[in-house]
Amino acid sequence: MDTVPNEVRKLNFDDYSTAKHLEHAAAQARARNFQDFLIVDVDAHHYENESYKEVFQYIESPVIRHDVIDSSQRPGRSALINSSVGNQNLGGRITRANLRRLQKVPADGRHRDIAMTLEWMDAMGVDYACMFPTPMLFLGLHPQVEIEVALCRAYNRWLCERILAVEPRLVSMLYIPFNDPEAAYKTVKDFGDQKGVVGFMVTSPRYKPVHDNAYMKTYALLEEMGKPISFHAAYSWEDRALQMTNRFISVHSLGFMWFNMIHMTNWVVNGLPERFPKLKVMWIESGLTWAYSLMQRLDHSYMMRTSDCPSLKRKPSEYMREMYFSSQPMEKPDDPSILEATFKMINAETQLLWSSDYPHWDFDLPGVIYDLPFLSEKAKRNILGANAARVFGLDTKVVKRIP
Amino acid sequence: MAEWFVAKAAELPDGDRRIVVAGKDEIGVFHHGGAYYAYSNYCVHSGGPACEGILINKVVDLIDADRTYQGQTFSDEVHFVCPWHGYEYDLTTGRCVGDSRLKLKKYQVVRRGDDIYVVT
Repeated sequence: MDTVPNEVRKLNFDDYSTAKHLEHAAAQARARNFQDFLIVDVDAHHYENESYKEVFQYIESPVIRHDVIDSSQRPGRSALINSSVGNQNLGGRITRANLRRLQKVPADGRHRDIAMTLEWMDAMGVDYACMFPTPMLFLGLHPQVEIEVALCRAYNRWLCERILAVEPRLVSMLYIPFNDPEAAYKTVKDFGDQKGVVGFMVTSPRYKPVHDNAYMKTYALLEEMGKPISFHAAYSWEDRALQMTNRFISVHSLGFMWFNMIHMTNWVVNGLPERFPKLKVMWIESGLTWAYSLMQRLDHSYMMRTSDCPSLKRKPSEYMREMYFSSQPMEKPDDPSILEATFKMINAETQLLWSSDYPHWDFDLPGVIYDLPFLSEKAKRNILGANAARVFGLDTKVVKRIP
Repeated sequence: MAEWFVAKAAELPDGDRRIVVAGKDEIGVFHHGGAYYAYSNYCVHSGGPACEGILINKVVDLIDADRTYQGQTFSDEVHFVCPWHGYEYDLTTGRCVGDSRLKLKKYQVVRRGDDIYVVT
């Protein structure tokens, strides 16, 4: 028997590096030649709370700024910014959630957020990433609308000035303070032409119906600007129906579909695709099965109840498959023909946009798309990057550096 | 067949582990409960570093004789967890806890004098 000299690694839980954590992802990226084509991640996250000290300085109301800063100095007690009950890091099983604080970044003047983000992007083979916040995904449930408006504006200003203006590989669909329709309109108006702003995003857990007349001028403005509106899913254990669930798997699995199913249903049934035919609409982080199911469900009822939705000139599914869907968390049924049917149902080759959701617990690698046996090479490249480049108006030059 | 050096036995105490780079593959070697276990370090899910996460005992529901739920506890079964997404594996078999049809490739571990080797 041969004995071969070899490398042996010790595990060290007192140290952390994103590049090391994602070494296998980089190997996959190299093996699949991701260096050869554009990959865009339409749903990636940072932990904006790690930069709250900076963000809070952008709060324009002196009173809210004072109160929020004061409140943030008492962690673990009641806070002015709402959070959500949950167990995203699986009781410590998702190690990066706790270890990321140990990450060392180069002292080259770049913001820590930028340095950490580019590191995982390069490891996965991602050229451009659309950044979204993390705790602020729950801000639409804040009982004080003015807090949502103030923090959203501060975050957007901080993001534009400190991140997007500096790093061309990072873009964002900015948070819209949807609970205040006038502030929502003002957000689009004020930030629409900022560098790196490729659209606007509504956090889905909230209780304002998307068909309210108050939003029509915002949709019209977005349509005129050619910028997409997206609905980023999340759960809420405060929701009356979801309060019946007792495990995180339940509230997460249902919640991320639940709010987007409601918004999508309202969007279609009320004829918004007819009123805003050129408005690009994107549904983020609900996976794919919800759309497959809802299309069939609405079509079935529509044929009997056209009088409920007289603005529609076609079946609901026909409007839905003209919208855009982010892929993660992409369900992978044991029978691949079911996934293939789902792709067919949503016109995936042109309407599906790959997303990682990194660094969250259920992130996807580009391989979830690239390794699918039923897609052509062209379809894979569309979903992994070309579709997003078209929707966002991005440069298609490959800029990543896979380690 | 090849043998790949893991560690001096004295330098791999119970509870510790190593990741061995064996050619193009990586193998996680665990020393736990007086035994050695070695598995492929590529998660069956998306290729994450399956052997580089935490060890944690299996969580079980406590169901009474009258079939009522009485809370949860940890059993004696030890799992290692892929740190990317939380896929859990039985430390003694390498079987994926969520679907026992899936398992990591298992390797033999041998001791030669003071040295521990994994065999591929």
